[in-house]
Amino acid sequence: MVTSSERLRRLLALVPYVVRRKSVSLSEAAAAFGMTERELIDDLNLAWCVELKAPEPYCPIDLSYEGGEITISQAESIARPLRLAADEASALLVALRMLAEVPGDSSAVARLIAKIEAAAGASGAASSQVATIQSDSPNVRDLAAKITAARTAGKRIHLRYYVPSRDEATERDVDPMRLLAVEGHAYVEGWCRRAEGVRLFRLDRVLDLQVLDVPLEVPDEAEARDVDAGLFQASESDERVELELAPAARWVVEDWPCESVTELGEGRLRAVLRTPDTRWVRGLALRLGEDARVVAPARLADEVRAAAVEALAAYT
Amino acid sequence: MSKRRTERLLSIVVLLLSTRRYLTAEEIRAAVLGYPDEHEAFKRMFERDKEELRDLGIPLETGLNNAFDEEPGYRIKKQDYELPEIRLEADEAAALGIASRVWQSAALAGAAAGALLKLKAAAVPGLPQDEDDDKQHPGIEPRLTTQEPAFGPLWEAVRDRRPVTFLHHAPGRTDPTKRELEPWGVVNRRGRWYVAGYDRTRDAPRVFRLSRITSPVKMAGPAGSVTVPPGADVRELVKDWDRSPARDQTAVLKVRAGAGFRLRRWAAEIAPDETGWDRVTVSFADVPWYADYLASFGPDVIVLEPPDLREAVIRRLKGVLA
Repeated sequence: MVTSSERLRRLLALVPYVVRRKSVSLSEAAAAFGMTERELIDDLNLAWCVELKAPEPYCPIDLSYEGGEITISQAESIARPLRLAADEASALLVALRMLAEVPGDSSAVARLIAKIEAAAGASGAASSQVATIQSDSPNVRDLAAKITAARTAGKRIHLRYYVPSRDEATERDVDPMRLLAVEGHAYVEGWCRRAEGVRLFRLDRVLDLQVLDVPLEVPDEAEARDVDAGLFQASESDERVELELAPAARWVVEDWPCESVTELGEGRLRAVLRTPDTRWVRGLALRLGEDARVVAPARLADEVRAAAVEALAAYT
Repeated sequence: MSKRRTERLLSIVVLLLSTRRYLTAEEIRAAVLGYPDEHEAFKRMFERDKEELRDLGIPLETGLNNAFDEEPGYRIKKQDYELPEIRLEADEAAALGIASRVWQSAALAGAAAGALLKLKAAAVPGLPQDEDDDKQHPGIEPRLTTQEPAFGPLWEAVRDRRPVTFLHHAPGRTDPTKRELEPWGVVNRRGRWYVAGYDRTRDAPRVFRLSRITSPVKMAGPAGSVTVPPGADVRELVKDWDRSPARDQTAVLKVRAGAGFRLRRWAAEIAPDETGWDRVTVSFADVPWYADYLASFGPDVIVLEPPDLREAVIRRLKGVLA
């Protein structure tokens, strides 16, 4: 349910949108505003019903959507959209500056930034207080350019890809679907021919890339992952790992997505995470030494101790 | 109710945009449908409406028409209200579509979507963004997520120039400390959010990682009471905060054949050692940090040199058994 102010904001954009286009179909306008035709008609009716009683009673907005085509014959003072608010201008400018920083052609972005800054005026000022720093290596930039070129040419790519949880390199043929920069890293998302599924590959883990002379072909069932819900998606079959962390190891819960984090007092934490592969947790526990304890599963705790005993034996 | 409220708010906007004179609250009540007769109830409702309009960014102006007026009136100046003329080329419209999808945080994703609607409304028709919003973008699409609850209030504090207080729990500390900060800006660096500003508690500029703020962020002063010093560069402050030190030391390691792929990738030299092992020479920056990292390989990596690194790894491994 939209609030009255969200609805007003939408109406103040909808009226100029139609005025600017002279005539627009219900379906097109509904799609542009991300609402159903029913909701759109409700909004149009609302605008049409606006009535001022004084000094003379009159209806300032006159419109029609007969035959599915919207026309607005009278929109008075709201024929132009409202200025960008500080939040709106800032959100957009920060996003555009970030877009300008990621690898790729940014001339359109630079022109757009200038236009929006000019249109926003003082509303855009706060955007300079929000900054994003992408630090992609030249290697990542180079890979991104190659993948962009492969997509434009409609070609499949071959990756030699490092898998950190197994500490090994793998070979895969991938039909690239899109390039993303999420949580500080650049990724290519694509249909992995080896896994027969959609996978994300972090570009700084790509050891080698070749553009194949094979047409890019993404199967119909391939669905882009909802990366916005977080890159890591736990699955039912994942193993539950429980760690107890000393204050010096608090950073662990910042760097790994945890199912739950509990303060135990004195700066100690209990962290519960889920993972399909516990090998990396063994490495993590080894590096944390006395600052962490694997509470569960017991098998993993035994593995960590055994690895430490074996490693220490090599030093004596 | 919400429908009638929207109707009333829209009427006020239309009315105040069409007047050159300031209209008093009473004149507005006379023109707009839906206000109650009772005076106090009307005043309360009108106050809420004004606040809601201002929150939407509608430039409600207050003033007197002449020196004899006792009560101030309201109007909206067209030139303050209207988005200036803006024309977008096709490639700019495409970039706008991508930019509007960057934010994934509730607060600013809504703001970006609102901006997109206004610009769409203003843009010349027939531009590709009308039909091709979801067109595949060949380059990188950035995403900004803000899972940290501190982001929303800190962004508002930065925007409105207000000081804040919060509890900050640094790693290695048993307790959080209370901080009073004049925030200068928020920065996302490699996917992590930081706030930089003047720390009144420490009397110096400081940077805090948002994920380490363990309490709600509270406003500690009125809007406009923070001055960002000229030349303060929040990007540089955050870059300096955890700048990686130079890798100016060299380690010699025994690495099990087929293991330690990550190490080998950055190695200066890899030579065969006794059967089943390689000798890997690699540069590193900091003994404690690198010792932790090497300990994570367990029995697959043995430090030969330097001695202090070797000792640090042994200590770490003994810690596991402690």
